[in-house]
Amino acid sequence: MKSLAELEAIRQKMASNVSMRKDDHATRVVIGMATCGIAAGARPVMSAFIEEIGKRNLEHVSVVQTGCIGVCRLEPIVEIVNPDGEKVTYVKMTPEKARQVVAEHLVNGRPINEYTIGAAE
Amino acid sequence: MEISLHILDIMHNSIVAGAALVELTVIEDTKKDILSFTIKDNGKGMSKEMVEAVYSPFTTGRTTRKVGLGIPLLKQAAEAADGSIKITSELGVGTELFAQFTHSHIDRQPLGDMAGTMHQLITAFEDIDFLYRHSINGKEFLVDTREIKNILGGVSLKENEVSLWLLNYLTEGEAEISD
Repeated sequence: MKSLAELEAIRQKMASNVSMRKDDHATRVVIGMATCGIAAGARPVMSAFIEEIGKRNLEHVSVVQTGCIGVCRLEPIVEIVNPDGEKVTYVKMTPEKARQVVAEHLVNGRPINEYTIGAAE
Repeated sequence: MEISLHILDIMHNSIVAGAALVELTVIEDTKKDILSFTIKDNGKGMSKEMVEAVYSPFTTGRTTRKVGLGIPLLKQAAEAADGSIKITSELGVGTELFAQFTHSHIDRQPLGDMAGTMHQLITAFEDIDFLYRHSINGKEFLVDTREIKNILGGVSLKENEVSLWLLNYLTEGEAEISD
């Protein structure tokens, strides 16, 4: 069972390496979490990203939410923005695809073309 | 639709109204056959005229378009399950919305993913505090972000590890009251 005591332990661990974190240089995983995204399954996709990034201990990746990206029929949509502002847009995501994107794109630096908006359109 | 999506929508109204604290209480009582929720905020509040007008789909605070369906859709959902909604508000003080559904009604929407809803709100709006209570037949799960932020010191809720802890904490808390 997760407890507030466990949160205290996380804080202590975080506080000790907080100086190493420079969030302006982080890669951002931006998930469309408007009702269109949620209805299409964005929540399990977001959970998969958070869990997989946690499991692999990727420190310079942050998961953030956004509203409707404007192509509701392709939801769940996930944009990965690297520190230079370069963006890859993944569409019709699933938790399984999310885990693959973490491994291939975020860890190995190779975007998965077949899941991108370019391949879908 | 799910009730949790209505809740997400209405709580977003509280946030847009400039609330610093949004309180959500969800009560399920199968003996009384009731599912109700109350959302109370300390946002800017509404005038009497606005409170009366807000049930109409042609009333909205936004300027991007002339319709606002959040409250009308919630009202419709509540009434479909022999329930009702009630809004009370005072300018400069805040707004309270109460919605009630007949728990066993065939047309009552499912409550949906409350853990996901609260996780989404808490991590997306870190500057706002949320007090969430969910009780099922007397068993209660409570989350107060003021308490969580107090423990975290300055550590952000957006930090992946914290966000993951929160998601699991909410999911397990919800599971515990639903057996």
